[in-house]
Amino acid sequence: MKIKPLTVLAASVFCLANSAFAQANAGKEALYVKSLAATCANCHGTNGKSVDGSTVPSLAGLGKAYHIAQMTAFKNGTRPATIMHQLSKGYSDAQIETLATYFAAQKK
Amino acid sequence: MTKTLQSSRRSFLQSSAALSLLGAAGLSGCASMSGVPSKAKVVVIGGGYGGATAAKYVRLLSDYKIDVVLIEPQAAFVSCPMSNLVVSGVKKIDYLTTSYVGLSKNHGITVVKDFADNIDTAKKTVTLRGGSVIAYDKLVVSPGVDLMFGGVEGLQAANASGQILQAWKAGAETVALRKQLEAMPDGGVFAITIPEAPYRCPPGPYERASVVAGYFKTAKPRSKVLILDANPDVTSKGALFKKVWADQYKGMVEYRPQHKAVAVDARTNTVKFDVQNDVKAAVLNVIPSMRAGAIAVKAGLNNQANNRWCGVNYLTFESTAAKDVHVLGDSIQVAPAMPKSGHMANSHGKVAASAIVAQLAGWDVNPAPMLTNTCYSFVDEKNVVHVASVHEYVAAEKTFKTVAGSGGLSPAPSELEGVYALNWASNIWADSLT
Repeated sequence: MKIKPLTVLAASVFCLANSAFAQANAGKEALYVKSLAATCANCHGTNGKSVDGSTVPSLAGLGKAYHIAQMTAFKNGTRPATIMHQLSKGYSDAQIETLATYFAAQKK
Repeated sequence: MTKTLQSSRRSFLQSSAALSLLGAAGLSGCASMSGVPSKAKVVVIGGGYGGATAAKYVRLLSDYKIDVVLIEPQAAFVSCPMSNLVVSGVKKIDYLTTSYVGLSKNHGITVVKDFADNIDTAKKTVTLRGGSVIAYDKLVVSPGVDLMFGGVEGLQAANASGQILQAWKAGAETVALRKQLEAMPDGGVFAITIPEAPYRCPPGPYERASVVAGYFKTAKPRSKVLILDANPDVTSKGALFKKVWADQYKGMVEYRPQHKAVAVDARTNTVKFDVQNDVKAAVLNVIPSMRAGAIAVKAGLNNQANNRWCGVNYLTFESTAAKDVHVLGDSIQVAPAMPKSGHMANSHGKVAASAIVAQLAGWDVNPAPMLTNTCYSFVDEKNVVHVASVHEYVAAEKTFKTVAGSGGLSPAPSELEGVYALNWASNIWADSLT
């Protein structure tokens, strides 16, 4: 079958649009994740990097499984805390997984 | 980009120290402390916890693609949180102070030291006192509170003369109040009046009363602290503060609710109330009622609570009075259980920055923003209590609500929380300003 040039053009325009859409969607989703992670930064530092010498631990580079385990332990009271037992209860398990994934990918 | 900006950018790039701080991603919208651009994608008015954070996070969340101009009249940021430690003599004012250089050097924000005099929300421009006009695509208004001196007869003049201080906006008055306390003879009375809620930093006045009592206990043990509160009860951490006053400061701190200050007599250092008897004190600290910052009022953004606060769409913090204008921090009409605090203003800044980045990219804004609040109060030199909360946007009600089961208070003051409080400060200052 002979493919008309117009069809090729239409297909490639569609492809471009589709990939632009996918890129925009990825950008948007990444923005939402960063926005959620920013709620930790007030105390734990921008991008999870606490200032040097701080007693508040950095979250950047924490292992994902470890991070989830600690947040779960704060939530169910098995890890004692001054404040994290109260703040951790504000985040769903899905949000905690998102946060743990994000911070695991941040440089220490 | 103007010629001035380009040349300052070139000289900026020559500094290798600056380069190492910045990284390649940060080069797009470089800093200038001197040149005022005629246009910016995002203009931020006010370099406090809200505005500084919004400026930095628009840069971060846009991968440094959106240029930001921050307008702030003060040479440096001075923190209100922790300022009671200067009043009680534990810290010096330098401790509260952070330069704006971090925002320009590390994040390529153009910091303009000037006063925003006028906003034209139709033409989308900001006019500075220095005469410059900056056009914006998105404007962030984060001017904090204005103190309503007019509500207390005689206070404006007594404050201007330096006799009766507010010391609620941290800075010169914080230091001046410390000096008054140092000069006060043992056996004197320090009286602090508290306005009706809502006001900036709900537990702040009670913290101040407590740490001043802590100072008196060692330095001037015959002195007294008198808390004169316009509210019917302690507005924050009430049970914790009352226990501290009863246990640690018995006979030294006295709490009197329903004392609404209406006038001061500077001649006798006396404060008068709407109903209760006059109170004369050696040192009088009158905290006036508050409203949205003057520039927000001038721009007509103060459309809530008898024109005292600015209404916002909580999903984006965009003003309900003007398009493409986002209002943050203490100036807004708060959602339920949302305190006027530095931590909360920082949180507002991030939600607004995220929404601005999405809107400028043509994306849907984050449909489920979250906010946190952590507020530490010292009760003496070392021991601290906190209140914490997590807030989620509830789309059905178009507002923020605290997440059920989250948040809470300290069981009692502790030195461990005192350590965390100081570390909270260093991290939030870095998160907002460097």
